[in-house]
Amino acid sequence: MSVIYHILETVLPFEWMQYDFMKNAFIAILIITPLFGILGTMIVNNRMAFFSEALGHSAFTGIAVGVLFGLTNTTLSMVIFAIVFALFLNRIKRLNTVSTDTIISVFASLATSIGLVILSKGGNFSKYSNLLVGDILSITTKEILMLLGIFVVTILFWLFAFNKLHALSVNQSLAKSRGIRVVLIDNLFVVLIALIVMLSIKWVGILIINALLILPAAASRNISDDMREYHLYSILIAIFSGVLGLVLSYYNSTATGPTIVIISSIIFFATLICRPIFKK
Amino acid sequence: MSEELKAAELASELAKGHEKKRKACGAHCIKVNNIGVKYGEDVILENVNLHIHCGKLTAIIGRNGAGKSTLMKAILGEIPHEGSVKFTYNHNHVCGANEKETPKLKIGYVPQSLNIPKNTPTSVYDLFASYISRRPVFLFKSKKVYNVILDQLKFFEAESLIDKAVCDLSGGELQRVLLSIATFPIPNLLLLDEPVSGIDKNGMDLFFKNIIELKENYDLAAILVSHDLEYVAKYADHVVLLDKKIIKEGTAEEVFASDEFKEVFGNISYLGR
Repeated sequence: MSVIYHILETVLPFEWMQYDFMKNAFIAILIITPLFGILGTMIVNNRMAFFSEALGHSAFTGIAVGVLFGLTNTTLSMVIFAIVFALFLNRIKRLNTVSTDTIISVFASLATSIGLVILSKGGNFSKYSNLLVGDILSITTKEILMLLGIFVVTILFWLFAFNKLHALSVNQSLAKSRGIRVVLIDNLFVVLIALIVMLSIKWVGILIINALLILPAAASRNISDDMREYHLYSILIAIFSGVLGLVLSYYNSTATGPTIVIISSIIFFATLICRPIFKK
Repeated sequence: MSEELKAAELASELAKGHEKKRKACGAHCIKVNNIGVKYGEDVILENVNLHIHCGKLTAIIGRNGAGKSTLMKAILGEIPHEGSVKFTYNHNHVCGANEKETPKLKIGYVPQSLNIPKNTPTSVYDLFASYISRRPVFLFKSKKVYNVILDQLKFFEAESLIDKAVCDLSGGELQRVLLSIATFPIPNLLLLDEPVSGIDKNGMDLFFKNIIELKENYDLAAILVSHDLEYVAKYADHVVLLDKKIIKEGTAEEVFASDEFKEVFGNISYLGR
């Protein structure tokens, strides 16, 4: 790690880079933002923005479940709960009986409320309120390695399953007729989203995690013509807003996550205006 | 690498196919036995039996909600259903006699629509390559796969569309692209779910011309869910009138003259008489 620190100090000899917590935050951002940029492309394509939002909110429930079982490491219960919840929502979506948005909303509200009720028992909720906004400056080396792990998993999934995922987002029956295992791929995708959302929610915050997932991809759609441009711009926009947001939040003493969201939003509107120039 | 080889192989197979113009043998037979679909207590389809021969175009017509698209999904195996779909080969050219069941029925499917709203950065290449290649389309554009796709699109007069965004295609263009995907490689059974609207006359003519060419030159059978009775009358070899079950089937003349047809569609004539 000290080697990386040294490289960072040499390459980026800025005032903010002299602190270790800023170096850690910088590395974390370089991992999280491209991850979100990649994942966001298919979340937007599949119109799952609401789904990922609901998943983020269920973080409270996961922690509450952990607290109930007396776990010291609530990350584990959070991840397990989110995976179960994501698969459950996916199952309901497949039954296709009621409007999916409504049903997701009902279950997400229920789950969040149960979580909040348990966590607020005895007036202890303030302990968990930092989860709402998140704090990337508090990330440790070990946690960065964990993010790196999920980063590698995502890249592998994307390399091996992206075509199938894309095919099924376009039309399920067509994907099925081409021998694609529709349910399996779909479930793997939501499990991946659940993992990433839960492992990064402490640093990014429940309130804004969805914005970070959606905005880069949404902005990229405005200026790209094919899947390659879509991914490239989405990743670039995500990294750019992440790094700029971190630096700005350092100088202005603001929360990092929301600063990043504001920058991504500005980029989104800029691309919306520039759309006619880029689109063929 | 192996992916590329596979694609190249497919391409040469395709090229050969185009040269040789393999005729329909008439000995392949697809049997749809007793298909039934229920959602809870609601019966969507019951007792649907169809015999489909290669080289024939079977059109399925019926009012909205008659179960036409559901039948497609049942044949595809996408939804739970009763009954079975069997693919057989017989030497006597008569269904039911001396027939052998062949291993696997390859189905090509042309859906009614795609979930690709405006502003979606999916090009025709991206769409096509997602189905036929394992090289992730977000990373590179493979020259070989590109050429294979271009060749296939050419057959359906759609080669100029390869770099266009799918969301910007007209109804007829999209249908031709989907048809070229469904017939790569050539399936035994082609299922066509025709869009309700959005295709102009030129698009329809070209689409049917393509289908007729396919069924005459390749060993495949086609089932078409159609809303355009004029085209059905002109091109279908066999017409099935569906309303939860088959209420009438036969040639277009027979079906269109029947009382059941008049009950569903009213007293109209599509045969130009």
